[in-house]
Amino acid sequence: MIIRIMGEGQYRVPSSLLDELNEIDNRIVEFVAQENESGYREDLARLITAVKGRGSPLDSAEIVESDIIVPPEDLTLEEARKVFSGSGLIED
Amino acid sequence: MGLLNRMGSIVRTKTDKLMDRLEDPAETLDHSYKTQLELLQNVKRGVAEVATSKKRLELQRAKLAQKMDKLESQSREAIQSDREDLARLALERKAALNSQVENLNLQVADLEKEQEKLEATEKRLSTKVEVFRTKKETIKAQYSAAEAQVKVTESLTGISEEMADVGMAVQRSEDKVENLKARSAALDELIDSGTLEDATQGDDIERELSKMRTASSVEDELARLKLEAGK
Repeated sequence: MIIRIMGEGQYRVPSSLLDELNEIDNRIVEFVAQENESGYREDLARLITAVKGRGSPLDSAEIVESDIIVPPEDLTLEEARKVFSGSGLIED
Repeated sequence: MGLLNRMGSIVRTKTDKLMDRLEDPAETLDHSYKTQLELLQNVKRGVAEVATSKKRLELQRAKLAQKMDKLESQSREAIQSDREDLARLALERKAALNSQVENLNLQVADLEKEQEKLEATEKRLSTKVEVFRTKKETIKAQYSAAEAQVKVTESLTGISEEMADVGMAVQRSEDKVENLKARSAALDELIDSGTLEDATQGDDIERELSKMRTASSVEDELARLKLEAGK
C-alpha cells in the first residue's frame, strides 16, 4: 500500500496498518467536529508517525499513484474544517 | 467520511486537472513535462523566499537584542543613580522585548524546518521530472499512437499526483511567508514607535498572566542589578 504524506513524499506501508489508520482517522473526525484543537493535533501527528514508523520511503525515481493521502502535519484545525466542508485547500 | 478520504478526493480533483490530455499523446507528454519544469522553478523560488524571510526575522531579532542590551545598561545606570523607578521602567521594556524575541525564535525555527522540507521536495520532484523525461521519450519512440495513449495515462497519473502535492506545498509556504511578513512589518512599526509593551498578544487572561510573569521577572532582575551595584 502506498501512502503519500502531503509535502513529504510517499511511503510503502504494510496493508495491516490500515485498521489502525482508520481508527485514528475516525477520532480526527470527532476532534474536528468538537473543535478540539489539541486532540486533533495529537492524532494527526500520531497518524503521520505511524506511517513513517511502519513504512519505508519510496525511492524518488519511482512514480506511482498513492492509495491513501495524508494531509501535511501542520494542517491547522481551521484548514481541516475546510477539507471536510469540501471547499478545498488548493487554489485553482 | 474521514479526513484521509476527503484529502484524497481533493488531491485527485487537482490531479485530474493537471492531466489535461491533448489530441496527440506526444503533445500531452510534452505539455505535462513543461508544466513540471515550471513547477520545479516555483519550488526553487519558494525555497529562496523562505530563506529570505528567515533572514529578515533574524535581523529583526538582532535589532531587538541590541535594544535589550541598551535597556539593560540604562537600568544599570539608573540603579547607580538610585533611580529604582527608572530602572524598573527600563526592565519592563526589556521584558516586553524578550517575549518578542522568544516569538521570533519559534518563527525562525519554523521557517528552518519549512526550508528543509521544501529543499527535499525540490530534490524529489527534480528526480521524478528527469525519470518522466526519459519515459516520455521512450513512449514517443516505441509505441504507435493508440498504444501510446494507454502508456500516457499510466505515466501521467503518478507524476500529476506529485505535482498536485508540490503545488500545494509551495502555495502553503507562500501563505506562511506572507503571513510572517505582515507580522514582522507590524512588529517593526511597534519597535519604531516604542509602543511594544502594549503589544502583548493573546486574550485578556493571557495578557494578565503575561503581565504577572513579566512583573516577577522584572523584580528579579532589579534585585540582581541592585546586588551587583552593591545597593
